[in-house]
Amino acid sequence: MNALFYLLAAITIGGGLASVLLKHLVHCALATTVAFAGLALLFLQLDAQFTGFAQILVYIGAVAILIVFAILLTRGADLPKDGVFSRTWFVGLVIAAGIFAVLAWAVLESVRALPQHNAVPAVTVRDIGNALVGRYVLPLEIVALLLTAATIGAVIVAMHEKERPKP
Amino acid sequence: MATSPLFTHFDQIFILLRNWLVGFLPAALRPAAGVVLGVITIVCLFPGLFALTTVFERKGLGRIQNRLGPNRVGPFGFFQPVADGIKSLTKEDIVPFSANAVVHFLAPLSLVVAVFMEFAVLPMGRNMVLVDLNAGLLFFFSMSASTELSVFMAGWSSRNKYSLLGAMRAVAQMISYEVVLLLSSVSVVMIAGSLSLPKIVAAQDSYTGIFPHWYIFTPWGLAGFVMYAIAATAETNRSPFDLPEGESELVAGYHTEYSGFKFALFFLGEYLAMFAISGLGTTLFLGGWSAPFSFLTFVPSWIWFFSKVMLSIFVFIWMRGTLPRLRQDQLMNFAWKFVLPFTLLNLFVTALWRFMGEGWMRWVVCTVILVAAYVLMGRLSMRNEHFGPRRYRYAE
Repeated sequence: MNALFYLLAAITIGGGLASVLLKHLVHCALATTVAFAGLALLFLQLDAQFTGFAQILVYIGAVAILIVFAILLTRGADLPKDGVFSRTWFVGLVIAAGIFAVLAWAVLESVRALPQHNAVPAVTVRDIGNALVGRYVLPLEIVALLLTAATIGAVIVAMHEKERPKP
Repeated sequence: MATSPLFTHFDQIFILLRNWLVGFLPAALRPAAGVVLGVITIVCLFPGLFALTTVFERKGLGRIQNRLGPNRVGPFGFFQPVADGIKSLTKEDIVPFSANAVVHFLAPLSLVVAVFMEFAVLPMGRNMVLVDLNAGLLFFFSMSASTELSVFMAGWSSRNKYSLLGAMRAVAQMISYEVVLLLSSVSVVMIAGSLSLPKIVAAQDSYTGIFPHWYIFTPWGLAGFVMYAIAATAETNRSPFDLPEGESELVAGYHTEYSGFKFALFFLGEYLAMFAISGLGTTLFLGGWSAPFSFLTFVPSWIWFFSKVMLSIFVFIWMRGTLPRLRQDQLMNFAWKFVLPFTLLNLFVTALWRFMGEGWMRWVVCTVILVAAYVLMGRLSMRNEHFGPRRYRYAE
């Protein structure tokens, strides 16, 4: 826990808050990107290079682009007339707080449940690769299958019908 | 010869210079000061190289098009970049009335910062790398992926239909070809067994007779390099893949509404991305800083790195002067129906190469598979191609 951690946490939380509170949809999407970047930097601060860079590559390079594309291709980035805030924001707040409480509880419990490691484990990219194609190969393959199915589904949705002969 | 002290001093001259300069500081500050010096060098060197490249590009394109090119400022027009720089610094900075001012301001900055970060992991000579990351290649790609968002920010915030159209084209193109770029690099990682760029160069720095063990001199390496070069051209929005900024159809694409220094930043970012991606290609396939023949190892390593990068830049310019621009559907079909399947096949061939062991058998098998696949895929995709007047779906 040092100054750097607090700075990065502030960036992440600020980005998250901005993405909820800003009025303009594209600004919200860009603020989400700031939160993603903050998370990636937090990973890097914990010396998890692979996770941090993968976070940047996937979330800033792909997910953020997907979000802005979705915004622009659907109803445009202009302001809706009745404001961007949902009327059921209180229910959303309660659900979010509940999930946060459960996660925080699980994290705090895990400190007691697992034996304390004093030495920082040196996890290299090689170790991650070996684990992915060794111990965790089945989950990896299931995820790959799921993604392939999603891609095929997207292609079928996007495919345009055969041109009919003009009357 | 390569181990004589004079050679070592000349080869490591920048490292020795840095250590000498840092030596004036107290010991606690030395590591940080070394990094700062490295950053200053990168931030000064590559924009200088950019200025040189612009004048070479305009001269070279002029030669290709049978004209002289810039010849007014200085001897043979070589001070043209200085004039351009002063002009762009003193021009009025125009922000369109309906533009989104904050995003409009942030877009060029975030682009240039991300591109500069890419140089941090490139080994520019023996021991000459700013940070030797365990996952250096991943770092490079994560930085180049985050430039896409800056392009989008620029196009969207300008509130101009040409800008937005250019940005959408750019993002679609960069995402499509980024897959190829990543997959063609993966085959190198499979053979070298490391994501760290200095280790990848070290794996290629040996010789059989006088010939080097560069990855381009293997069947999978050659195929991977060609795919990498195609994807790199598309990724940097260079001709023939310059649809996002096609002057004749989109004015200038995503930076139409930028002027003065912000426009210069976009221009700089584009050329720096070219240097970075050429440097990565050099590192992955062309042996990085290692010499092309074993009897040439007396030349310092950094000279080889920068010669290879400038040679790639020359090829970029040459292609720009030679090839016409692709259409959007040709671009996408080429990426998803030819380049991507071929790269995937190349991954398989690389695995085969890795596990067949030493010997001439793997040369024959890998070459046959790749050539057969190339011919077959070319034939299949050309079979349904009819060359005639094109029917436009929405323009009838």
